[in-house]
Amino acid sequence: MNLRRDVFQALADPTRRAILLLVASQSLTAGAIASNFDTARPTVSKHLQILTECELLEQKQTGREIHYQINAKKMKEVADFIEPFRKMWDDRFNTLETIMKSYPH
Amino acid sequence: MEQKTKIHAEDGKQELVITREFDLPLELLFKAYVEPGIVEQWMGTKVLKLENKKHGSYQFETTDPKGNKYGFSGTIHEFSLNEKITRTFEMENTPFGVQLEFLEFEKLTDATSKLTMHVVYRSVALRDQILQLPFAQGINMAHNRIQDILSKLK
Repeated sequence: MNLRRDVFQALADPTRRAILLLVASQSLTAGAIASNFDTARPTVSKHLQILTECELLEQKQTGREIHYQINAKKMKEVADFIEPFRKMWDDRFNTLETIMKSYPH
Repeated sequence: MEQKTKIHAEDGKQELVITREFDLPLELLFKAYVEPGIVEQWMGTKVLKLENKKHGSYQFETTDPKGNKYGFSGTIHEFSLNEKITRTFEMENTPFGVQLEFLEFEKLTDATSKLTMHVVYRSVALRDQILQLPFAQGINMAHNRIQDILSKLK
């Protein structure tokens, strides 16, 4: 099991981040989400599936429709848990790379 | 954009793996770990001692804006030029204790290289606690994308 990495892989995709931003303010059906993108509907469905599998999105049955909403708890958990640690190393390594690129050799 | 630094931390394990690919030849990447003056720059710490050899040890010290000093130290168990460093690491005067670090340096192409840092903690709980420490540097940085999304939730 490698849930956390899956979450970050899910977040690494720009369309999926756009979907999260879209449903952040209100829950939407798959159709309503897809209408915001030029991408083919099945592609959007695939993105929704990935986001749901890693629990960043939740499905909510409303009558005959399924709405997607953001899982705030999961989002917060991901952000709180590992991102600051990763960012710290990323910053350090970026600095290392910059310094060594100008190192005389 | 793909993240350059990746962290692989499985649930319920007392270890984690940090990987990073650099646009640097292997020798330059390795040099950044052994030259005290360079370590100081990218780690943001003062290097009091750095003995790059088996049975050697190292000691770093950082000072916060209020003037408080924090010590970091460890011993070196294995040192192979341009290949590998095995060492312990400890934040002094904290309850976290010592951790074991396996650093592996790999050549990808003549101009690129990869670092794999495998860190082993004493327990799962300790690892998770350390991961949740407030990393001032990370938090002070411009909002990362997750925080951007989170801010929209409020």
